[in-house]
Amino acid sequence: MEKFEIIQSGAVPLPIENIDTDQIIPARFLKATSREGFGENLFRDWRYDGDGNPKMGFALNNPRYSGQILVAGKNFGCGSSREHAAWAIHDAGFRVVISSYFADIFRGNALNNGLLPVQVSDELLHRLLEQVEQEPQTQFVVDLVKQELFIPAWNESVSFEIDPYKKECLINGYDDIDFLVSQKEAIEVYESTRAWAY
Amino acid sequence: MKKTLFDKIWEAHVVRSMGGLDVFYIDKHLIHEVTSPQAFDEISARNLPLYRKNQIVATADHNVPTVNQHLPIQEPLSRMQVDKLTENCAKHGVELFGLGHQNQGIVHVIGPELGITQPGMTIVCGDSHTSTHGAFGAIAFGIGTSQVAQVMASQCLLISRPKKMRITVDGELGRGVSAKDLILYVISKLGTGGATGYFVEYAGSAVRSLSMEGRMTVCNMSIEMGARGGMIAPDETTFAYVNGREHAPKGERWEQALAYWKTLYSEEGATFDKEYFFSAEEISPMITYGTNPGMGIALTGAIPTTVPAGETASFDKSLEYMGFAPGESLLGKEVNYVFIGSCTNSRIEDLRVVAEFVKGRHKASHVEAIIVPGSKHVEQQAIAEGIDVLLAEAGFELREPGCSACLAMNEDKIPAGAYCVSTSNRNFEGRQGPGSRTLLASPLVAAITAVEGKIVDVTKYLN
Repeated sequence: MEKFEIIQSGAVPLPIENIDTDQIIPARFLKATSREGFGENLFRDWRYDGDGNPKMGFALNNPRYSGQILVAGKNFGCGSSREHAAWAIHDAGFRVVISSYFADIFRGNALNNGLLPVQVSDELLHRLLEQVEQEPQTQFVVDLVKQELFIPAWNESVSFEIDPYKKECLINGYDDIDFLVSQKEAIEVYESTRAWAY
Repeated sequence: MKKTLFDKIWEAHVVRSMGGLDVFYIDKHLIHEVTSPQAFDEISARNLPLYRKNQIVATADHNVPTVNQHLPIQEPLSRMQVDKLTENCAKHGVELFGLGHQNQGIVHVIGPELGITQPGMTIVCGDSHTSTHGAFGAIAFGIGTSQVAQVMASQCLLISRPKKMRITVDGELGRGVSAKDLILYVISKLGTGGATGYFVEYAGSAVRSLSMEGRMTVCNMSIEMGARGGMIAPDETTFAYVNGREHAPKGERWEQALAYWKTLYSEEGATFDKEYFFSAEEISPMITYGTNPGMGIALTGAIPTTVPAGETASFDKSLEYMGFAPGESLLGKEVNYVFIGSCTNSRIEDLRVVAEFVKGRHKASHVEAIIVPGSKHVEQQAIAEGIDVLLAEAGFELREPGCSACLAMNEDKIPAGAYCVSTSNRNFEGRQGPGSRTLLASPLVAAITAVEGKIVDVTKYLN
């Protein structure tokens, strides 16, 4: 996994709640057997009409908005477990998603792919969305080491939570798989001593 | 400290704890063609062997056609993905129930019917509806592809313990009110994110009285309110279902298993982080009107006119997509498609409900009604019981097993703008094909809709 550095960037607003993984990447685009290229179809049916023409009202097609940060309504990433949703967002150039809460599986998938979910209060989310919509060039700084979202335009910093182990993984580019394989001895002991095995 | 069902199984699977995370052991790993190829690639790239290949079972379900399964898959990308699964399973020595195999079917249907799913187990799969297996008193949940690779490499996950919720439904479900209505009702009360961060135990006399098929329907949809999973304590109904199945313990081993499984229940006085109580008498046949499974109402009810502050934009967007108005009743709405299938409702009991209703009736001429069995075994059982004949006479098309129009990865799609009453689990925008409009309901409501050609009050058929 690539290392997560400080992100300073503009943001793209999606003021819609309960954005599900079928919107992020529709099932018909899950036929690929590699991890690459899903960004092309990110939010496919919100971004393009049936003939493949961009829908200009959608934020990702709006030239006013750009950056590596997606700001979206609460319960982002609900629905299926498809990791393709996190791959698609990352592949389209995003490194951070800000919302007031995330679906569990999506949050895990994002963290396993160098995409940082930043959870903020409903109230702050509302203010952030309003700010980006009114001043699209607004910059944000996401500092994972400090666990801090800084908004220079407001001269305001907000801290966010992250599991300390996951933070280390993101900063250093470590994967869980390396750690789990290193636990082989403990796993074998568990297997040979458990009370009931299937 | 009194323990819950969840605590008992969780604690029996912790290899070691570190801070807020546990190295958590997985007994069974189910895989399918869509979320496994990148995981196989990952372990190959790292030169890692499959740590416990005998604990993995594979099937092809998400991306398979539901007609002519004996022929090569027509669509090149789908064929490639299914072939890749066959190739990976052969290379790594994983048991595969692929197309044409007598055990093939939707991963969450075949696990239970083959006796692979057992009480007290931990089960994962790269699919959010893995919660289905919780019906047996197992901890079962969906994972992403990176985690699929982790389980392949170590049979473990590094995860934090979720909070616990109990949902108790007491009383007796009315005539024509099914497990599907029960869970659609609960989700409509909690909302689509109402159980995020929790693992749910379903309890109460109404839940206890459900068959295993009904319990699977309930646990299946736990994810639709954001829950990590759902489970029901095993009891005589569970043991009777598991006993004698191909992979179930036999002889002395069965007796030992049974003795252990009987200890799996939430002790009196055990605490949950959150509890909800509902009465079965409040529940009537349900239907959804919007674009998430929490947007459900009684079939005879009306679409709400008010929503919590701050949710108006999403509510309006949803109704505009569906072509409905606030305050409106759905009764009388014309429907062109009925889909009966998916890991939620494609078991033999679901097919029997449909067959019993359509016997001597015929679908409306403008309706296309497809029924996709959950597995080859369900299909064979339906044929053995003459259900195939009843369905054909009623104008319903019985297909071959797969996930089909639940997620429309294959050719089974609902056209843009068309309404489909579906027994599946998600009514998201475009879920059943770009522009499709899904109304989730029970198999009985779906069958009645197909015959009437529109949404009706089903009460007249219940006496």
